[in-house]
Amino acid sequence: MAGTGKAHLRDGDDILLRVEDLIVEFPAPGGNKVHAVSGISLDVAAGETLGIVGESGCGKSTTAKAMIQLPRPTSGKVMFKGKELTSLGDEALRQMRTDLQMIFQDPISSLNPRRKIGDVVAEPLQVWGPHDDAEQRRRVDAMLEAVGIDPDVAREKRPHEFSGGQCQRISIARALVLEPQVIICDEPVSALDVSVQAQILNLLEDLKAEFNLTLVFIAHDLAVVKNISDRVAVMYLGKICEVAEANSLYENPAHPYTDLLLGSSPVPDPNRPIDESDVDEGELPSPIFPPSGCRFRTRCSRATDLCTRVEPEIQKVTEDHFVACHFPIVDEQQISIGGEPNE
Amino acid sequence: MTNTTDGNLRGGKPLLVVDDLKTHFELPAGMVKAVDGVSFQLAPGKTLGVVGESGSGKTVLSRTIMRLTLGKNVHTSGQVLFEGRDILQTPIKQMQRIWGLEMAMVFQDPMTALNPVVKVGRQVTEHVRKHLDVPKREAQATALALLRSVRIPEPEARFDSYPHELSGGMRQRVSIAIALACGPKILFADEPTTALDVTVQHQILNLLSQQRRERHMAMILVTHDLGVVAGRTDDIAVMYAGKVVEKAPTKRLFGQVQHPYTEALLRSIPRTTERNHTRLAAIAGRPPDLINPPAGCKFSPRCPYAQEQCFEEEPPLQSAEDFEHEFACWYPVGTARNKEAFEINMAAKLPQTLAVAEGKVVDESLIEKARQIVGNS
Repeated sequence: MAGTGKAHLRDGDDILLRVEDLIVEFPAPGGNKVHAVSGISLDVAAGETLGIVGESGCGKSTTAKAMIQLPRPTSGKVMFKGKELTSLGDEALRQMRTDLQMIFQDPISSLNPRRKIGDVVAEPLQVWGPHDDAEQRRRVDAMLEAVGIDPDVAREKRPHEFSGGQCQRISIARALVLEPQVIICDEPVSALDVSVQAQILNLLEDLKAEFNLTLVFIAHDLAVVKNISDRVAVMYLGKICEVAEANSLYENPAHPYTDLLLGSSPVPDPNRPIDESDVDEGELPSPIFPPSGCRFRTRCSRATDLCTRVEPEIQKVTEDHFVACHFPIVDEQQISIGGEPNE
Repeated sequence: MTNTTDGNLRGGKPLLVVDDLKTHFELPAGMVKAVDGVSFQLAPGKTLGVVGESGSGKTVLSRTIMRLTLGKNVHTSGQVLFEGRDILQTPIKQMQRIWGLEMAMVFQDPMTALNPVVKVGRQVTEHVRKHLDVPKREAQATALALLRSVRIPEPEARFDSYPHELSGGMRQRVSIAIALACGPKILFADEPTTALDVTVQHQILNLLSQQRRERHMAMILVTHDLGVVAGRTDDIAVMYAGKVVEKAPTKRLFGQVQHPYTEALLRSIPRTTERNHTRLAAIAGRPPDLINPPAGCKFSPRCPYAQEQCFEEEPPLQSAEDFEHEFACWYPVGTARNKEAFEINMAAKLPQTLAVAEGKVVDESLIEKARQIVGNS
């Protein structure tokens, strides 16, 4: 299967993490394959937050997990600090992962319910050192304080004594304790109440500045992703639709799918008109038998025969704004699109 | 195009009157005051949005009105009048003639609301037959028409599908079809789109609006998402710790927020219209324990404006100028008293006030410490 192109990949020394032609497939009944991620390329510069947004089944979590080789992808390259992770041996990969940490969606189930918070956060240090108890405790306390948890209160308690938001902060402390360079956040605020969500988003911004972190932030909520990201990638059915600087993406969505997502997402403003014409089900096609050509064509109002036959390649729209669509939504005076499709 | 009209729910004869409704659960740890004195009215054909975070009592409220909170440890008091009938005093046998026919509910999770081992066609048909007492063939025809009206493509083919063979959105359409089957006068939609993707959520909300309009049905839309209720309701009630803290016509609520909790909710949600990296005004702490709620105003430990009175005396739900807009606060947003309170708390460096001003993460333990310090000084 053709990849969707790499026009959006950047050169430069500050690219910390780079994924090329990533393919992840899982076996399905009847000898078929689930095409979870089908040839995507992405890069993340040091100090940047890359947001990945899409609906369930679009492959955003699979992409994130493949970045830390959980599991190793079917094919494609994952370059981290110039090293190719897919060809690293198990031990070398284990060592590399100390720089690549992850936080998950469900904060309560990602902490061992039978262990004390002090031990949960200290565990990475018990594996990697320093093995000096006093030093470990100093680091654990510092991290708990950094995430807004009082270490004297929390140290001897267990996860069930904390709320979801507090457990998520403890998970963040655990991810930070090894001082990683990259944190991959897989829907970290989806399970939280709105009032707690803001705390976690602000905390991630603060920690990013304090510890010079690079974040990959996955979520289905468009507003959340915009708030925290420098650059956003929109995914649909295992492919990238659009990659752009966050503000540019939301102000001038070029891909019909991005436009649909933005039009569907509820806005807390009673004066904003709602388009109520759309009541019919737009079904997500099966990832086992994805549509030919552009995978979004079955739900796209702009789709033509070309979209059935030819898969669109990622092309530049404006500075740091790229789209994979034959008929992108663009203001033609503003930009020139390379390789205009012939109809 | 929106379906909302600026009007109050008291126009005409109310369909539903809820008066001082309380639902308490008796647990070994103590009494959980899930719903603690809620009153409102709903006119025929109108939509009320009930907004709150988890544990605010919004789900228990709608279930209590429908008499779905049963059990020996449930203590219910107050009054629910539905078309003049006292629902809480109606025997359960008679409730079975009200459920489905006059009041119906759509639940959050369509997978658990449907029977997994019965084909969807039969689930809709059975419901029609039971309540409308019509022959099987006629019921099947009605069921097909219902599935078509909720926009299920190829309803004849879907008739023989099991719920697991349908997508989440499709399943929710089936449960909406069942809820609408007997033409209820009021539909309770309890987080009907929370489990769904954003594009599907949009379609299901549109479907509910469209059906509500066509059938001139009243609706209570329960959700945690202010975005969901913004364009689709006539009135909104904001719940916190089992109580309604603010209630107003939708546009008015968003335009002239009075309660600090509503204001805090609106300020803490990220918006696609703001630039990226916009600092969010976080709310300190977390929702209160419903067994031992704080004294005074339940929001006071997290409120940036809270003063001495707020910690001691619970404010009643009342209106200042016009009866349409009610709120329960001693220092309502936008008043001179409120500004003064904010300045006092900023000067005292109260953590919950700094949390709003600077977007800090603030834990309840810190709030408690600060209160002791301020209390002693």
